[in-house]
Amino acid sequence: MYALKYHRAKSLDEAKQLISQSEDPKIVAGGQTLIPTLKQRLASPSDLIDIANLPDFAGISVSGDTVSVKAGTKHFEVATSADVQGKIPALAHLAGLIGDPHVRHMGTIGGSLANNDPSADYPAAVLGLNATVHTTERQIGADDFFQGMFETALEENEIITSVDFPAAEKAAYMKFPNPASRYAMVGVFVAKTSGGVRVAVTGAGACVFRVPEMEQALAANFAPDAVASIKVPADDLNSDIHGSAEYRAHLVTVMAKRAVAAAIA
Amino acid sequence: MSGTGIGQPVRRKEDQRFITGSGRYTDDFQLEGQAYGYFVRSPHAHAKIKSIDSAAALAADGVVAVLAGKDLAADELGGLICGWMVHSKDGSEMKAGAHPALAVDRVRYTGDHVAIVIAETLAQAKDAAELVEVDYETLPSVSDGLKALESGAPQIHDEAQGNLVFDWELGDKAATEAAFASAAHVTKFSLNNNRLVPNAMEPRAAIGAYEPASGDYTLYTTSQNPHVARLVLSAFVQLVPEHKLRVVAPDVGGGFGSKIFIYPEETVCAWAAGKVKRPVKWTAERSESFLADAHGRDHHTDAELALDAEGKILGLRVHTTANLGAYLSTFASSVPTYLYGTLLSGQYNIPNIYVTVDGVYTNTAPVDAYRGAGRPEATYVVERTLDAAAREMKLDPAEIRKRNFISEFPHQTPVIMNYDIGDYPASLQKALELIDYKGFANRKTASESAGKKRGIGFSTYIEACGIAPSAAVGSLGAGVGLWESAEVRVNPTGSVEVLTGAHSHGQGHETTFAQLVSERLGVPIDNVEIIHGDTNSVQFGMGTYGSRSGAVGMSAIDKAIDKVVAKAKKIAAHMMEAAESDIEFADGNFTVAGTDKQLAFPEVSLAAYVGHQFPTDEIEPGLKEGAFYDPTNFTFPAGCHICELEVDPETGATEIVKMVAVDDFGRIINPMIVEGQVHGGIAQGIGQALLEHGIYEPESGQLLTGSFMDYTMPRADDLPHFDVGLTETLCPSNPLGIKGCGEAGAIAAPAAVMNALSDALGVMDIPMPATPHTVWSILQQTN
Repeated sequence: MYALKYHRAKSLDEAKQLISQSEDPKIVAGGQTLIPTLKQRLASPSDLIDIANLPDFAGISVSGDTVSVKAGTKHFEVATSADVQGKIPALAHLAGLIGDPHVRHMGTIGGSLANNDPSADYPAAVLGLNATVHTTERQIGADDFFQGMFETALEENEIITSVDFPAAEKAAYMKFPNPASRYAMVGVFVAKTSGGVRVAVTGAGACVFRVPEMEQALAANFAPDAVASIKVPADDLNSDIHGSAEYRAHLVTVMAKRAVAAAIA
Repeated sequence: MSGTGIGQPVRRKEDQRFITGSGRYTDDFQLEGQAYGYFVRSPHAHAKIKSIDSAAALAADGVVAVLAGKDLAADELGGLICGWMVHSKDGSEMKAGAHPALAVDRVRYTGDHVAIVIAETLAQAKDAAELVEVDYETLPSVSDGLKALESGAPQIHDEAQGNLVFDWELGDKAATEAAFASAAHVTKFSLNNNRLVPNAMEPRAAIGAYEPASGDYTLYTTSQNPHVARLVLSAFVQLVPEHKLRVVAPDVGGGFGSKIFIYPEETVCAWAAGKVKRPVKWTAERSESFLADAHGRDHHTDAELALDAEGKILGLRVHTTANLGAYLSTFASSVPTYLYGTLLSGQYNIPNIYVTVDGVYTNTAPVDAYRGAGRPEATYVVERTLDAAAREMKLDPAEIRKRNFISEFPHQTPVIMNYDIGDYPASLQKALELIDYKGFANRKTASESAGKKRGIGFSTYIEACGIAPSAAVGSLGAGVGLWESAEVRVNPTGSVEVLTGAHSHGQGHETTFAQLVSERLGVPIDNVEIIHGDTNSVQFGMGTYGSRSGAVGMSAIDKAIDKVVAKAKKIAAHMMEAAESDIEFADGNFTVAGTDKQLAFPEVSLAAYVGHQFPTDEIEPGLKEGAFYDPTNFTFPAGCHICELEVDPETGATEIVKMVAVDDFGRIINPMIVEGQVHGGIAQGIGQALLEHGIYEPESGQLLTGSFMDYTMPRADDLPHFDVGLTETLCPSNPLGIKGCGEAGAIAAPAAVMNALSDALGVMDIPMPATPHTVWSILQQTN
């Protein structure tokens, strides 16, 4: 790790102030991606602004058909929350698949979404459920939030405060993990909500994406067979030592089919 | 003392300190005035070093020194050695290039050692290391062993033209050709043995220290064999004579072979301590372990098996290309030759074997012994090729094995080894029962109806352990003898200290060695201390690897105990005024035959030191004896592992549903520790078969699997429950009947898993590791 200035912010306002005063700031919450990156000297921010301990920054609440998860909520809390398990069990299940117990007790939903790792799990739930991301400045719809590999709609001085998930009539997340990292090689979140059917894919491409053809097929018939023969093109998918683009394209179909089966089970 | 003696599942004495964080590892030592070293490493797989400018680094905060290859050369230090001479077919010696601890004018793999920056803090050393300006002229590189032999491949060492270090042969070529000519069936099979990164939990570490007043050096280091490290650093690197160098290997957190070797980092820390006149500490980061620990395996092999019409083996012909990496590590040449070719007879009566091995330089981390070392590769060749033959000849894989088992002992193979004892049908039979082989067909049908492909696979393996008779290994090219030493010191109060040349880095010697003492002397094991790992305490020793500490190390202790008992009997005879021949010793008591006279062991030990009750001109006071034990033969642990697995054809994912291991390790000292060794070995074997792979990017020579994000270490949920069983034939080649158990799992499991996978897919040719992507790709081709 390179030398840097560490700040523990006491409020969001103070955090924003520190950001604006720093030459090359980085926000840290759970630090499950950032700290290893710093330790390997792959990043050298001038200032680290720690928002993990902000008051009233974590917690889960339910209002009508909306589950609201504050940005500092740890994966373990989402995975084990009775509210989440009751309203959107697929979301609790997904959170329980992230990383390992250490990661789930440190990592936060806000950190995961702001980082937008192409293989992270949460983006699939946010896009699949058409969640709304609340920030210190505004609210951003899921379709607008994820912009590319490690890229989001967030401005430099903007911090995620919470995420509103609409409850689903039926939903499931099916993940095929990378055998080494256990990130998603392919993760597919399918959801049927009052707003329609969504299919969101993480791990396969540069950024989480939807599969409109599957969504249309499932809108007509929410059954595994509806998606079993729908293939996504391999052209823009990731290819590495763990799996070719063609393999990932194939897994999208398999995981989508299995997710639908799980959602109606 | 039956509760803590031989054969008892005694809880490990050392675990209390390990699991409560009280172990004392090399990095836990803080020496006064200690500075920190950080290595500047090559970012290139192959390059000339045109210049090194360390001025900016030297001027940085806290920097004590920057030392490079030219400084080592100026001090006239020798390079690192390969301690096993292998000869090519034409009789010429292997062509070893120089192996300086710090590169002088050329770097040969990504992570190669260029300089050490020594500073007051580690952070300062790392900061300054980035300021060392190395001007490289990059050269083409090659990381694959077969490609390194192609004409026009980059030349890595001038000494080894075409990158060929040796082309070695073993066996009778003409007789084997004749056997093939007469065969009813010939099976040809090509297979890989994937490169593995050892990944001991504790990374390598070293602290060099120097005492200006005496000129003494001390090296604290993560070594499996501290005396060998001292010998190499003294006699070959010529840092300082042996009596001026102390090597301490304190608690060591796993080795798997990777901590046998004398590496550049440890060598440089010891030398640098003398240069800067203060202790110099280095602890590898995990990414350094990936880059610069000696890797394992990395073979390409073409095998041919000749059989008669009934499936009896007539001959085996094998050609292997062994990737040795960029430099010859300490025992690199022995692993793909004498630890490999000599095991190609497996458990089978194979009258004719001929094997050739090309040892090849590449631009990769050096390859050396890793758990099993040559024997997993041999087992994999034999067991996979035999399954290929069984498939072609439509024979049951258990049946073809039974038809070929060796049944009479001793058995001389055509490849040096003389098997002393074994019962191969017994372990196969027990394993067949444990896995319910008869019920497999029904289980396969059930899997099919669930959309899964089920397979079962065998590995009836053998290994040569307890290395080894010194004269035998000497005749094969070893630079050292492979005996072991022990000293048993009985204190006046009857407690016992055992000094052993073996080294425990996870094996549990503090428990098992104490169990032997408890059994023999009737002393509670809490009154026994096992001392190892310090050249200032222990006389000399060859260390721990090759499953040798039980068979060789404990045999040395046993011999020393014989001497202790003999002397104690003399003393007891005087004390009880009886003839020495009438003294009996059992359960910690000396008795006079036919009388009720008796003395407890502590009474005799106290008398030994007081010296009042016996004539000290006849018997010297004290009770301390030493022994060196040289085994009469290798030991031959053997057994049968059976794997049953299910493949999800939609994803290519493999799930092992049953894993049975039945092993014959000879006499068992502690069944709980043995079972743990089997579990760990199988975990690494399954890791090799399905998960682990050290991959270099072909063009750049960069290590693509340089962290746990890309290198798949086996985890608990990758592994099934293991059904472990034992059979026992006592080893006749050492007094305790021990064969050794440390490597069996890693040797046997890969072939069992891959044979099961072949059975499930109906395809023999599957590379390791059989990742989901690999399996899926094969299914795409076969569908």
